[in-house]
Amino acid sequence: MKIKSFTGMAAVAGILAVAGMAVPAHAATLDDVKSAGVIKCGINTGLAGFAFTGDDGKWTGFDVAYCRAMAAAVLGDPDKVKYVNLTGANRFPALQSGEIDVLSRNTTWTFSRDVDLGFTFVGVNYYDGQGFIGRKSLGVKSAKELDGASVCIQTGTTTEKNLADFFRVNNISYEAVPIETNSEARTAYQAERCDVYTTDASGLAATKSTFEDAEKHMVFPEIVSKEPLGPLVRQGDDQWADIARWVLNALISAEELGVTQANVEELAKGSKNPEINRMLGSEGSYAKMLGLEKNWAVNAIKADGNYAEIFEKFVGPKTPLGLERGLNALYKDGGILYSPPFR
Amino acid sequence: MASTNSPAGPATGFNIWRLWTDERHRGILSQAIVVILVALALVWVADNTRTNLDNRGLDIGFDFLADPAGIGIGVSLIEYRSTDTWLRAMTVGLLNTVLVSALGIVAATAIGFAAGIMRLLPNWLIRTIIATWVEFTRNVPLLLQIIFWWTLLLSLPTVRETLRIGDSIFLNNSGITGPSPVFEPGASAVLIALAAGVAAAWAVLNWARKRQAATGERLPAGWIALGLIVLLPLAVYFASGEPISWDTPTANRFGRLRGGLTVTPELVALWFALSTYTGAFISEIVRAGILSVSKGQTEAAGSLGLKGWQTTRLIIMPQALRVIIPPLTSQFLNLTKNSSLALAVGFQDFVGIGSQAQNQTGQAIEIVFSWMVVYVSLSLLTSAFMNWYNARIALVER
Repeated sequence: MKIKSFTGMAAVAGILAVAGMAVPAHAATLDDVKSAGVIKCGINTGLAGFAFTGDDGKWTGFDVAYCRAMAAAVLGDPDKVKYVNLTGANRFPALQSGEIDVLSRNTTWTFSRDVDLGFTFVGVNYYDGQGFIGRKSLGVKSAKELDGASVCIQTGTTTEKNLADFFRVNNISYEAVPIETNSEARTAYQAERCDVYTTDASGLAATKSTFEDAEKHMVFPEIVSKEPLGPLVRQGDDQWADIARWVLNALISAEELGVTQANVEELAKGSKNPEINRMLGSEGSYAKMLGLEKNWAVNAIKADGNYAEIFEKFVGPKTPLGLERGLNALYKDGGILYSPPFR
Repeated sequence: MASTNSPAGPATGFNIWRLWTDERHRGILSQAIVVILVALALVWVADNTRTNLDNRGLDIGFDFLADPAGIGIGVSLIEYRSTDTWLRAMTVGLLNTVLVSALGIVAATAIGFAAGIMRLLPNWLIRTIIATWVEFTRNVPLLLQIIFWWTLLLSLPTVRETLRIGDSIFLNNSGITGPSPVFEPGASAVLIALAAGVAAAWAVLNWARKRQAATGERLPAGWIALGLIVLLPLAVYFASGEPISWDTPTANRFGRLRGGLTVTPELVALWFALSTYTGAFISEIVRAGILSVSKGQTEAAGSLGLKGWQTTRLIIMPQALRVIIPPLTSQFLNLTKNSSLALAVGFQDFVGIGSQAQNQTGQAIEIVFSWMVVYVSLSLLTSAFMNWYNARIALVER
């Protein structure tokens, strides 16, 4: 790489402020994690259903469950996770600098993040899209009728750009009220500082579930963007990326193959389905190819269950969020969730 | 032992040992070593950064500034659209930082001087109230105060219950909105007249002061100056056919006011919090400054027949300012840097827009670097101005 100019050179000196760049070159993340005995997982600072503290004071949720599955697969214990709470703005430097090993924080997979920021997205664990929530009393049925409205946005996300694009495409104007954290944005929306609040539809459901007067609010039908959310790792460590990818695939395949938290131990002893056997380690040497213990997938599935179990437990219809599977159902159930085969 | 440091004429030839044995050379050598070590450290940091950036396949440079920003900005002093470049968006942020810092510095100074002087009044009640306020304000974290003021302002009436003050000023929890001036062709004459009025007023005040010093006669120079500033532009305004009109805000179907000029609750909350917080510190500096002036000065002024306020203005303050200005400068710098807490309530200052840019473009190093450059520059400018002012008011011994 060539430093582009003197200012570029000077910018390099500015690195001190970014801190923690002194990570050894080409670190094998797997070895680091094994020797540390703990996996550093970046999660949200708090988002109902996805990353929140449970009654026992431990972090839990849809995104956290992935961290736990990773820890179980790599270290054999789902509790060997050090959670690092990150805002929309500081999550990327945290991953680039090696402060975390994997980021599982409802992060949208986009071209520039994948290509330019030096990350590898390992898959999609939630197909989302940006929507709007507003008071029913506005008398608006569609987001396209929002000309002249004030819009609260959480900054440091893809949403602010989608919002500008949406209003530009529809040739309508808006006043931006950008706010750093979800909780402050919610405060502003509830105080009617703005007419509508926009974020990913899953986030809207999470936010709405916390309102006391939830019935007075409605989520508009428009989904204005594609937001494939998923975990990501640093680029350049393919082994670690493979582990992250196949832990996710194992959770999805487990649902497809009927492997659950309850029956995984039993099935690990061997079953009639060769794919289950390959995944759970009773056939073939797939674990070795990944550099993990034989029972890595068993442990991952034991942590919080397969994809369906995780979804039902944290964000599904029986939870306050009440999200339907929708796009996130398996391909054979009408969704687009599809794991490559264990072969 | 012969002194190697003696002024025994020019050295008769260079000997490497002189670097060690000669006190002066040894000093230079040790300083050179420190400079080299610092330079090596910087090179190491730069190289380490470059290696790590290389390993992660990251590229740095300021090219992203020319890309469209694609974000919305609530408060902007210059025209801005979401299709404008990052450079323009960052400029908007910089201007917002300058705006809130300038407003804060003016208000904090006024609050600080008023509170500092009031705390020294003989009245027990006033003194106690001010002392309590100062201790409370400067001991509560600024971030909490910003959020406090913001939450307070959000509890104002909502847009549906907007308060109307007079004909064209509106108040609700989305801000206070009033008419904004629209400059039509010919308006520049009015602005030039305003500038001329200010210049003339300054000249009159100067002349009156010299005249009073020379003859002892006092003129109502303040009134003359005010007249010049107000009447001159007003006369030109009417003479040139009223080239400035007012854009009155109107409510759209959401009750949102469009047009006119809106001051948002985020800006006000930040401004209130910064100026009261810093004002509390300044009041202590002012109090210390006043107490540093000996009591004999007050008594001497009294025996010359100066009244209480005149004593403060003409005798105490000029002497106290010499003590007040240096720490006051630090407070101004603190205020400017503290304004970056704007992020918490969503006022888009330089740091706020920078972190949006960082998130959208991923250029963390460049943006952190520009934050450092901007804040250092603002601080140096403030310091330079205050040092100039400090030198101007320094005691001139005759």
